[in-house]
Amino acid sequence: MHNVTRVLASTAMVSGLALSTMPAMAATEVVWWHAMEGSLGEKVNEIADNFNASQSDFVVKPVYQGTYIENMTATISAFRAGNPPAISQIYEVGTATMMNAEGAIYPVYQLMADSDQPFDPNNYIAAVTGYYSTPDGEMLSMPFNSSTPVVYYNRDIFQEAGLDPDNPPTSWPELAAAGQQIVDSGAAACGFTTTWPSWIQLENLTARHNIPFASDANGFGGPSARLEFQQSDAVIQHIQNLVDWQQSGVFNYGGRMDQASPQFFTQDCAMLMASSASYAAVRDNSANFDFGVAPLPYYPEVIDPPANSIIGGASLWVMQGHSDAVYDGVAAFFHYLSSPQVQADWHQFTGYLPITEAAYELTREQGFYADNPGTDVALEQLTGGQTGEYSRGIRLGNMPQIREAIEGELEAALNGDKSAEQAMQDAAARGNQLLERFEQSVN
Amino acid sequence: MATFQRHRAFPWLLLLPQLAIVAIFFFWPAFQALRRSFYVQDAFGLGERFVGLSNYVAVLTSALWQQALVNTLLFSASVALGAMSIALLLATLADRVLRGAKGYRTLLIWPYAVAPAAAGVLWLFLFDPSLGIISRALGSLGIHWNQRLNGGQAMLLVIIASVWQQMSYNFIFFLAGLQSIPASLLESAAIDGAGPWRRFWTITFPLLSPTTFFLLVMNTIYAFFETFGTIDTTTGGGPNNATTTLVYKIYQDGIVGLDLGGSSAQSVILMVLVGLLTLIQFRYVERRVQYY
Repeated sequence: MHNVTRVLASTAMVSGLALSTMPAMAATEVVWWHAMEGSLGEKVNEIADNFNASQSDFVVKPVYQGTYIENMTATISAFRAGNPPAISQIYEVGTATMMNAEGAIYPVYQLMADSDQPFDPNNYIAAVTGYYSTPDGEMLSMPFNSSTPVVYYNRDIFQEAGLDPDNPPTSWPELAAAGQQIVDSGAAACGFTTTWPSWIQLENLTARHNIPFASDANGFGGPSARLEFQQSDAVIQHIQNLVDWQQSGVFNYGGRMDQASPQFFTQDCAMLMASSASYAAVRDNSANFDFGVAPLPYYPEVIDPPANSIIGGASLWVMQGHSDAVYDGVAAFFHYLSSPQVQADWHQFTGYLPITEAAYELTREQGFYADNPGTDVALEQLTGGQTGEYSRGIRLGNMPQIREAIEGELEAALNGDKSAEQAMQDAAARGNQLLERFEQSVN
Repeated sequence: MATFQRHRAFPWLLLLPQLAIVAIFFFWPAFQALRRSFYVQDAFGLGERFVGLSNYVAVLTSALWQQALVNTLLFSASVALGAMSIALLLATLADRVLRGAKGYRTLLIWPYAVAPAAAGVLWLFLFDPSLGIISRALGSLGIHWNQRLNGGQAMLLVIIASVWQQMSYNFIFFLAGLQSIPASLLESAAIDGAGPWRRFWTITFPLLSPTTFFLLVMNTIYAFFETFGTIDTTTGGGPNNATTTLVYKIYQDGIVGLDLGGSSAQSVILMVLVGLLTLIQFRYVERRVQYY
């Protein structure tokens, strides 16, 4: 344990240092911890700088804290030490932990009501904000970087295999047939691969087919939810399909997170299922071939038309323990952040989804979608379908570890260690133990 | 002696910085871990409940923890054995080199200066199923390498990366040990007609035993605690927990899962385990060590 405590202590110490070295200013300081690195981090700084230049009452200070996990741990330990940041960027799977920490967080709907900033939740895109709202539609955190999975496909390989690059497969049977044709024709060694296996092949699969991932409306009803995906024949069948496709070469498992992407870049795989926010990375790594973007496939025999997919990414949480002046600053900043110009710029630069309808319209008017074909696929897939009871999102405690359990068991099935059904039963059993522990800890 | 007896406080004053460091960075966290292991607590520390030994029961009966224990024993034994035997071989060879000895030594010591995470990434590149040089070479030999699905291959990968890291440390100690063995002993044995093999096993190896024992303890501790960075960057504990060691599981449950009670119980158990292991090493293995 001393290792863990030491990490906690040192992150708290470093962050304390960062705070104390900031120059004293007349304007109220709003500290914003985030996990955006590289060019995304620079964009975050740019947004804060522009906000600071636009008014003189508040100064937003973005501080990079490492990965999502590191930032969340740092935020929690800072809160425990009585010195939390005003705003912290928490990944979507941390939502249940945050919203169950009453007394540690300041819900955004309440913050906006307490301040005199104009705020209309109806301006936001429901498929995005729904993930971070109560069942009554009250927004708990401010969506920041949200994305949804799409299919990137190699147009050159499609051509070579005799497939129509302008008509990518839309259903799973079509996708499998296309993959088989690609492998058989020798155009590529593998049909498709996937990043973020649990998020795309299970969480989004269930959402798109309106299959319960967990009880209590996927956990939106409270921490007593338990996993239910393993009871669905369609889910088991899909995992079995993945196992079969892995055997035949239609599919090639490429690891967790976005470890699978290089297989698409090297043209080993003709299709890649990945986040819409990977658009820039795909564009930068596809100098040798043309690519297209298609929506996530579905099984027409299960649902037709499919429901919407769900988001991933992170949102901004407001922490308790600050003065009213700081909260006024947070509200003003959130208002600025939601403006169509800022959102449209962020959306176009990063590939993350805009959080308001107005930003989507503005981007269309600016001709961005026409110039960059495929960038609107994600938003259409997210907003086009009928929202089902189980396509609003997933809100479960210990979700990062539930993902680990699912991906671990999926790996076991793909390696032939156990059957698809057994793997899903085991994943659910492991996940439910985690959910029981979570429920114990928040009650 | 009389001078020191008048200054009772002074030695303590000199010891104070060291004691303070041990107290703050070891005893205090260890005590915290012990305390927390009896509670269930939410991540933000907004409330906690005393649960007695139920965290321990949950850990010890968990199939995943048992798997991590087996992984750790297999991993540690392989790393200690591999890193020590290769280092001993290299040190024996380097000890005989007359020309350019410094160059060889520096090159062999180098890997120790590489950060574990960097070493992990390096090996990951070499073995990457789609990009790696070694995995492509293995593929052409008909061996399908994919550590992302094959648990055995993943374990082999983290063992190789850890052995490579720790080998240099062992090499320094073995080389120093070899150089302190009196040449006259080996020479007289040679005159008596003992071949190199016999000289090594009857003279060199027994005389090296203090070094070997020291390294056995250090390597075990290394494999248990310091391989976190290597595992995190290469396999992340996967596939399906095949490379999750006890320390890695504490990180997963404590930092990623924010389950402070459960991970505290795990770290207390780990402390006891390593304590026992070291005790066994000192009691039974050290008896066979010949100090000279």
